Amino acid sequence: MSVIDINKSNFEELVLKAELPVLVDFWAPWCGYCRRIGPMLEQVAQQFEGKLVVGKLNIDDEPQLADQYGVEVIPTLFLFRNGSAGEPIINPGSKAQLIDWMGL
Amino acid sequence: MYDILIVGGGPAGYTAALYAARAGRKTAVVEKLSPGGQMATTSVIDNYPGFPDGVDGFELGEKMEQQARKYGAETIYADVTGADLTAHPKVVHTSEGDFTAGAVILATGAYPRELGLPGESGLRGRGIAYCAACDGMMYKGKVVAVNGGGNTAVEDALHLSRLCKKVYLIHRRDSLRASAVYHKALEEAGVEILWNSKVTALRQEGRLTGVELEDVNTGEKRELACDGLFVAIGRVPDTALFTGQVEADGAGYLVADESCRTSVPGVFAAGDARTKALRQVITAAADGANAAHWAEDYLLRRG
Repeated sequence: MSVIDINKSNFEELVLKAELPVLVDFWAPWCGYCRRIGPMLEQVAQQFEGKLVVGKLNIDDEPQLADQYGVEVIPTLFLFRNGSAGEPIINPGSKAQLIDWMGL
Repeated sequence: MYDILIVGGGPAGYTAALYAARAGRKTAVVEKLSPGGQMATTSVIDNYPGFPDGVDGFELGEKMEQQARKYGAETIYADVTGADLTAHPKVVHTSEGDFTAGAVILATGAYPRELGLPGESGLRGRGIAYCAACDGMMYKGKVVAVNGGGNTAVEDALHLSRLCKKVYLIHRRDSLRASAVYHKALEEAGVEILWNSKVTALRQEGRLTGVELEDVNTGEKRELACDGLFVAIGRVPDTALFTGQVEADGAGYLVADESCRTSVPGVFAAGDARTKALRQVITAAADGANAAHWAEDYLLRRG
């Protein structure tokens, strides 16, 4: 499955009530580091198909959700399990680092 | 087994891959994240010739990868964890397994230098940032300081001055290393320069609230309240994995002349990781071509 778009109307259903862990990337189109991890997130979504859902949440479109989760710099990524987000990872430097951090 | 294995997928790495693949060599680039390297985080590159309207660094990286791939160069997405560069064939260890090659080109680039102060890593994303173009928007209407005196620091300060309520530039010397063209721009942008100052402590209450500054001449300390500190005090070559085997200078840059040949035969240094005077996209690309040429020469001689 490829990376899905998360917004406030589908956040509850696709993230909070999801059965699989959901990796949510808080990002914005103007952010260089966000664009850099984009292709890697697509690869992770493919590689972990059936075990993980990967979504992107544009903080310009959804400032309330960004505030709610205390996102101050981007890219910030949370791994949601059973509706709760743990500590985020900020600007992962590599695919290997992100996969280690997820600990799936 | 590859003929030429390239570590790092920035402009040096993918130019080397293009030249090596076009020479008919079995070639791969090992890249940890995505094509482009540091260049990929720059939204507009105005000094790469052929693009009078500027070019997006991320797109330029993608195009360089596509162009190398068109001639057969592969990309392996993996973290390099070590290498055995004096062996034959040479071995590069990665998170995706070991890869062997006749010649290795190290094009690992550089990353922003940290202040090295207590609390710094925990405050990253909570007031400490290393890229104004990336994180500046988060400080819209706030008070920020930029630490550094080179071109990057000045560009960051100018960028932030268009977004923030107040911008300080903290510099340990009494003059800027940045190009003269910037000095007037800083003045016009209302950036306040704090000369002869260094950051000696970070103040925090859950997030950064300010910094302690020391006057480098008098030793006098003072507090500066700010919501954000952008650290732009230079770069560190990403060469630590190799400096035990390949000669490096005191700062960690791999010693090589324009031929990119290092102290280890068959190992080449290209781009920002090499000792050189000017680190730009164009000089990185030039290194890539040279490194591929001399790698080809090495492989031919070894037979």
